[in-house]
Amino acid sequence: MGEATLLPVRSHCVGTIAVVYASDYLNKLTGERIERECKRQLDSGCRALVISFCDTELVNSIGVSILLGIIDVAEKNGARVIFSDLNNQTIQLFEMLGLTRHVDLARDEEEALLSLSDFPSHSAATSH
Amino acid sequence: MEPTIQKLVHSFGSLADLGQEVASTGDFDEMVRTSLHLLLGALAIRRGALLECESSGDGLECRAVWGLGEDFAPPLTIDPAEKKTLLTAARGISLVYTDAPEVFAKQRDNLRGQGIEMIVPMVVRGELTGLVLLGGKASGEPFSTDDFEILHAMVRHIGVGIHTHRLLGQLEQRAEENRRIYEDLRTIYRDTVKAFAAAIDIKDKYTQGHSERVGKYSEIIAREMGWNEEAVEGIAIAGYLHDVGKLVVERDIINAPYRIDAKASNELNRHPAAGYEILSPIHHPYADIPLMARHHHERLDGRGYPDGLKGDEIPLGARIVTLADSFDAMTTDRPYRKRRPFADVLDDLRANTGKQFDGQVVVAFCRAICKELEGEIKERRVLKMLGRNYIESEQIIPALKELISELNSNNPPAAAAGV
Repeated sequence: MGEATLLPVRSHCVGTIAVVYASDYLNKLTGERIERECKRQLDSGCRALVISFCDTELVNSIGVSILLGIIDVAEKNGARVIFSDLNNQTIQLFEMLGLTRHVDLARDEEEALLSLSDFPSHSAATSH
Repeated sequence: MEPTIQKLVHSFGSLADLGQEVASTGDFDEMVRTSLHLLLGALAIRRGALLECESSGDGLECRAVWGLGEDFAPPLTIDPAEKKTLLTAARGISLVYTDAPEVFAKQRDNLRGQGIEMIVPMVVRGELTGLVLLGGKASGEPFSTDDFEILHAMVRHIGVGIHTHRLLGQLEQRAEENRRIYEDLRTIYRDTVKAFAAAIDIKDKYTQGHSERVGKYSEIIAREMGWNEEAVEGIAIAGYLHDVGKLVVERDIINAPYRIDAKASNELNRHPAAGYEILSPIHHPYADIPLMARHHHERLDGRGYPDGLKGDEIPLGARIVTLADSFDAMTTDRPYRKRRPFADVLDDLRANTGKQFDGQVVVAFCRAICKELEGEIKERRVLKMLGRNYIESEQIIPALKELISELNSNNPPAAAAGV
C-alpha cells in the first residue's frame, strides 16, 4: 500500500501534551509516520507524548525500533513518554524487550493524561 | 505466552521480515536501512550502525545509522589484523566488544562515547562483507548466547543481501561493457563495410560513390516500407556490398568507356554470384546480406541473372537493392551516356514495374522522394544525392503522385517484410 493512500496519523494536543494514535499494525510505513508526527509535536513545544495503541493489534521489530527512536528523541528534549491502551500481547512484548524501563504504561488515554496532570494543560486543543 | 516463547516468536517474525527485505529488488540503501531497523528492533537495541567493507582494500562505508548523534564518526578503515579478529569471532558466533583492544582501538573512545558496545561481523563465503556496530539493549541486560545466535543469523542475512547487490552490480557493469563492445564491433563492421564499398567503387572510376548511394537509397526505401531499424541497417549494408563481386571482374571491363560486347558482358554478369561467394563465409550481424548481393540483378519476369528467379522467389531485400541500383545507374553519368532527366527515370520505372521492379518497392521510393520534396522529411537525403537543379519540384511531385496512384491501383500493398 502506498503512503499516499494511508489515512493521516491521528493526534491531538492537550496543552503541552500530545496524544498520538498508533495504527492497527505498527510497521515500517506507519511507524515512520508516527515518528515524524511525534518529532513534529516535540519541535512545536510539547513536553509529553502519549502514544495510544488503542487501534494497534501488532507491533513488529521495526515498530519496536522506531518506538525506541521516539523515546530517545523525547529524552533528549526532556519530554516524558507514556504508552496507553496496549493489549496484553504488546505489554508482554514491551516488558520482555525492556521498553517499559523507559516509558510509563497507562490503561487508557484518560489515565495517561491524569498521570501527566502536573503538565501545563490548556483548553485549546488542536488535532491533525 | 511464556516470555521465552514470545521472544522466539518475535525473533522469528524479525527474521521473516528481514528475509523479505533482503530479497526485495528495490532501493538498496533503503533495504540496508530497514534491515538495520529490523535487527535493532528484534532485540530492542537502542542504537546501531551498519558499515560495508570495500570489495577490495581496507575501506569502510557507513550504510545506515540509527539512534546515534550527528557527531557519530564511524571508522573509515579496517586493517587486516582487525579483519582477522572479526572473521574469527564470526566463526565462533561471538561478538567483539568495543573495549577489546584488537578492533578499532583508535576509535574506541568515540564509539564508547556514542554508546556503541559491540561489533557483529558480517561474513559471506568466508569474506568480511561488513560489520554492525551495536549499542546496548533497552532492557539494560547483557546480551545472552541466544541473542548472539539471533544477531549472527540476522547479520548473515543482511550480508547475503549486500553480497547479492554487489554481484548484481558487477553483472550490470559487465552487461554494460558487453553492450559497449557490441556497439564498437558494429561500428567497426559498418566502417569496414564502407571501406569495402569505397574499394569496390574505386575500381570503377565512372561510378564512384555508387555503392554508398545504393546503400542509402535501399535504407530510405526500406524505412519507408516500415521495416524495423535493425532490418533497415541490414539492407543498407546489403546496398553497400551489392557489387562486391566486381572485385573479381577485370578492371578493363568495368571501366570500358563504351558499351561492352557479349563476352565482356558475360564476364561482368558474374559479379552477383561472385559477390555471394565472397560474402557467404562472413558471419554478418544481419540476415541475408549474401543473398541480396546474389539476386540484385534478378527480374520479376524471370529474365534476370544469375538464377533467373521470378516474382516472390526473389527476396524482398534484393528487390529493394535492384531498384536502388538501377535508380542510381539512371541518375548518374556513365562513360557512354549522360544521366537521364528525372521525368524519363519515372517513365522507366513505370514501364518496368512488374517486369524488373517490384511495384510496392517503387511506390515506397516515390513516396519517400515526394515527402522530401514536400518538406515532410526534413533530411533531404535523396535530393542531396541527386544534386541541385535535377528535380523540378512543381512538375515532379504530381508525376510522382500519379505514378504512386497507378501502381497502387495495379498492385495492392503487400505485407512488409523485416517489420
